[in-house]
Amino acid sequence: MKIDLKINGQNKTFLVEPNEYLLEVLRRYDYQSVRRGCDNTSCGVCTVLLDGSPVPSCSVLAVRCENREITTVEGIEKEAEKLAKYFGELGADQCGYCNPSMALTVYALKKENKNATEEEIKNYLVGNLCRCTGYVAQNEAIKKYLGDES
Amino acid sequence: MEVKEYVVPKSVEKTYELLKENKANKLIAGGAWIKLSVKSVDKLVSLDNLELDYIKEGNSYIEIGAMTCLRKIEINKAIQSLGSGILSQSISHIMGINIRNIATIGGSIMGKYAFSDILVVLLVLDAKISFYKLGEISIYDFMEMKRIPEDILLNIRIDKQQKVGYFKKVCKTHLDFAMINIAITKNSVYKIAVGSRPSGSVLAINTANYLNSKETINEEVLNEAVTIALEEITVGSNFRASKDYREVLLGTYLKRGIREVSK
Repeated sequence: MKIDLKINGQNKTFLVEPNEYLLEVLRRYDYQSVRRGCDNTSCGVCTVLLDGSPVPSCSVLAVRCENREITTVEGIEKEAEKLAKYFGELGADQCGYCNPSMALTVYALKKENKNATEEEIKNYLVGNLCRCTGYVAQNEAIKKYLGDES
Repeated sequence: MEVKEYVVPKSVEKTYELLKENKANKLIAGGAWIKLSVKSVDKLVSLDNLELDYIKEGNSYIEIGAMTCLRKIEINKAIQSLGSGILSQSISHIMGINIRNIATIGGSIMGKYAFSDILVVLLVLDAKISFYKLGEISIYDFMEMKRIPEDILLNIRIDKQQKVGYFKKVCKTHLDFAMINIAITKNSVYKIAVGSRPSGSVLAINTANYLNSKETINEEVLNEAVTIALEEITVGSNFRASKDYREVLLGTYLKRGIREVSK
């Protein structure tokens, strides 16, 4: 079946099966920044924004995205670059597999609460696992990004 | 998961018709767990167009549409002040925000999950739930039902009570299910519920009755309350925790909760 949706600001039509998850469809249409991880809603690396809210694309049926807006990390390029700069400066990055999902979730947090405390940042990122870092440098980088008004 | 067809009816009547048409037709709420729980479906029936995504505040109640996602409920100001905010607190402990943006309150109720952090709280808040055909029933009656009704859950209604509340989820990591969860409320009377035992949420009626009969809460009363609770609430073992450990957790957090709401 066909579904119309907006992805990164562009109107698109995708051909999907009724049992296909958004993750599978996005990767099939070459949105390769959307990563496959646990495939059961636990790790968060497949996170995209659905109407501005972070969701695990491995658990959202693509057919339910008809006429909705999806954002992958390509859709927030400038903001992702800003966050990447702080990640780099603070050594908050290792393999990079979780970076797109982390960037999208942090971007959503900034929209919702740019004055988030450390505790609020941690709570917001509970669903985004990073197997490399241990989160300390990441949290520092995120705090700097939230305070960046440029 | 096999799905032959996905349909999005525009009315509750049509949705109900589709549900009754064939045993292999299933409703989908948030869909967070459908991958793990459903293998094959003829028609997957969406509730997205039924306008069940809302939180309405009346003078004496709060009504939540069944398709409201958990995150919206968690951050709603009126719900944050209800019974010391225990419904918001319990939701905030469910996995990550990305999941709470898709999982709905209706799906959380109709799944009747034994590990549910929500059902244990709805029990002590005396929530009422409304079905399309069955009408309004208490969450307690729903939990007592042997089978989940083949009906459409429309909304959840909670009285704006001036209750003090306590909620505790004991788990190994933030992303894990509870080894045990406990909710307590008190205004003129106590209400206590325990879930993830590992079986589902139940009210501790005898324990609450005992506490209601006491004018003051002291160590002796607390110890007796724990004894009664352990007699009336069956806890067991699974890979998350042993029966013995759950009994210790139940006693410990029951005492802490009673102290908290009795202040």
